[in-house]
Amino acid sequence: MTHLLMSTFPSLQNLTSLSNFGRSISAPAYLYRPTSAGQIAELFRRAEQTGYTIGLRGAGRSYGDAALNSGQVVLDLRRFNRILEWNPQTGVIRVEPGVTIQQLWQITLEDGWWPPVVPGTQFPTLGGCLGMNIHGKNNYHMGPIGEHVLAFTALLPTGEEITCAPAQNADLFYSLISSAGTLGVFTSITLQLKRLYSGLLDVEAWTAPNLRAAFNDIEAHKDEDYIVGWVDSIAGGNALGRAELHRAAYLPAGADPDASRTLTPDYQTLPDTFLGLLPKSAMWRFMAPFFNNLGMGVVNFGKYLVARFQNHHHYRQSLIAFNFLFDYVPNWERAYGPRGLIQYQAFIPRATAPDAFTALLQLAQKRGLPNYLSVIKRHRPDNFLFTHAVEGYSMAMDYRVPRDVLALQRLANDLNCLVLDAGGRFYFAKDSTLTPEAATRFLGEETLARFRALKTRCDPHAILQTDLYRRLLRDSTTPSVTPPPVADVLFANRTPIQK
Amino acid sequence: MTPSALLPSPVALIVGASSGIGEALARRLAREGYRVAVLGRRAENLQAICASLNAETGRQCAFPYSHDVTHYDSVPPAFQTVLRDLGRLDVVVYASGVQPAVEVNEYNFEKDRAPIETNVLGALAWLDQAALYFERQGSGHIVGISSVAGERGRVGYPAYQASKAAFSSFLESLRNRLTRHGVHVLTVKPGMVETEMLRNIKRRMWVISPDQAAADIYRAIKSRKQVIFTPARWALVMLVIRNIPSFIFRRMAF
Repeated sequence: MTHLLMSTFPSLQNLTSLSNFGRSISAPAYLYRPTSAGQIAELFRRAEQTGYTIGLRGAGRSYGDAALNSGQVVLDLRRFNRILEWNPQTGVIRVEPGVTIQQLWQITLEDGWWPPVVPGTQFPTLGGCLGMNIHGKNNYHMGPIGEHVLAFTALLPTGEEITCAPAQNADLFYSLISSAGTLGVFTSITLQLKRLYSGLLDVEAWTAPNLRAAFNDIEAHKDEDYIVGWVDSIAGGNALGRAELHRAAYLPAGADPDASRTLTPDYQTLPDTFLGLLPKSAMWRFMAPFFNNLGMGVVNFGKYLVARFQNHHHYRQSLIAFNFLFDYVPNWERAYGPRGLIQYQAFIPRATAPDAFTALLQLAQKRGLPNYLSVIKRHRPDNFLFTHAVEGYSMAMDYRVPRDVLALQRLANDLNCLVLDAGGRFYFAKDSTLTPEAATRFLGEETLARFRALKTRCDPHAILQTDLYRRLLRDSTTPSVTPPPVADVLFANRTPIQK
Repeated sequence: MTPSALLPSPVALIVGASSGIGEALARRLAREGYRVAVLGRRAENLQAICASLNAETGRQCAFPYSHDVTHYDSVPPAFQTVLRDLGRLDVVVYASGVQPAVEVNEYNFEKDRAPIETNVLGALAWLDQAALYFERQGSGHIVGISSVAGERGRVGYPAYQASKAAFSSFLESLRNRLTRHGVHVLTVKPGMVETEMLRNIKRRMWVISPDQAAADIYRAIKSRKQVIFTPARWALVMLVIRNIPSFIFRRMAF
């Protein structure tokens, strides 16, 4: 154990600067990379002794401040990533939380099993996916990933180890999943995967001339396995919200004569180059010059034109090409420039969604801060504590952070009001703009009271904290951790740092 | 608008803030929206400064820490404590300085070591820490309050002048090391500022208030200057003094 921890905790050698995935927020932290539950338990003890808090971090794919803990300790759990058990007959897999979606499917696909819910990228860890309770392009009938978790074990900051399942410690099962790593750390996760008969999906792409038509089309295809829409968020007037929709269906048994080949990691690859020319790793540099209002206007227009031209195009596409669109261009987030991007995702009930999303797009355009990429999805509610889903739709919008950051924050504040007035909700994996008041409005006092009761029970010394926790979830009526009147750091009661 | 995740209020750590230029700069930065960690030897001064700043700005913006820079071993843990409490650092100011009164015919090691310990070794202890942190962060601002006294070795205050020459040179090295990592280093060379240090000085010239010095320094931070004299006219005086040949300079009485 002592090889992990230096004689002082936290050690200055571990001090580093972390940022969110959107590269718009950075925060110093002491980064530790434990490989086992025992090491994590030891770090909890050291944090409690020294008055530090601990934030949990997986692959660092959260767009907001959920995996940051400014000035404090952060555990990067990616090395805690063993596959513990895999049963190719039942499709049940038990893994440590640092295992990524990519690691998971590369093990199971050849046996004909695939995660029933995946995000738009394969790089997040399963611990992160459970913490956020991620959804995919099939949220409206498969729910979030939490609904496919058969059981998990977790370590609480008290040192207690718990086992949770939908019928065992149900209150903790439905709250550790979705509470963004603020109650406990997953130590093993048991997932039920989905049986597949091909590594391909039947896909159809078509266009909708405006946002209302796009939502109507999504409703008409609600029995599909997947539906997702790309929205041209720069076009205005009658074309506001024009979209290209994709629906996809799994192939039934026997439909793919080549299934033994398509169900292999060798087949499931993304292209190495763009148009056979540009190496993928350099792509973001070529995209960067287009990441402004004019360039993105052209790109969005062009993309819509191409989509119109290929309207009602049917094709078969590999699972990863359809699901992991974000992974086509490594480091694409860097194309947004030095100030990075924020992703703004709002979940709005079906009845109010068309008007509300129209208002969001119009307001952003009016402010001269249009978002550059919008994606719409269909959702249904779930039973988890901090659920973000509604019976309705979401739109995820990427905004470049402009030189005038305040203008973007003001826009976000106004968007937040529109969403809340429409009965909408937000998602901790994405959010970086909510105020505590806005968060309380969508979560509800009762949910927050339940969370705080669980927090007291699981983590009485509030060791698990993140910037997001302090921004939105901490009970602001209890005093925050502020230094005593005059902190005496003259003869600080600590041993000197040893290099 | 209240600070948010995208727009956190910047944080400054000021070593030597219980009086003088350090105190004035702490007040200035707090009024400009910074959160400030004020460090110094005199706890009661720090407490009063923080109380008045918190009352004036209506927010918890000032955090006091009692600290003696000559306890070098306590610097890294002190740095960590401030970082933990305030969550981030954007500006680190080293404003501690002493200038013991010495006569022109006095050669006293015990007196002479004091400016080296506070003005040089304390600065090294703190700014090495700050440099390491800012280099990893890829941004940040280091401000060192040096002095016009470091420009030339005159007959008065040899050890003090040597300490400021060393500090100015150290800051220049830091700048040359850290610019490539996105870190700015500002060397401030005040002339005479109405502080406790000036009590030992008999002949005075162009005395300014600490607030005036702080205003100049704040402007220099914002415009990312490398070296400033405050008030600015000292730059011209020092240009002349630096170029006086030794055969004249060693016969001069100042």
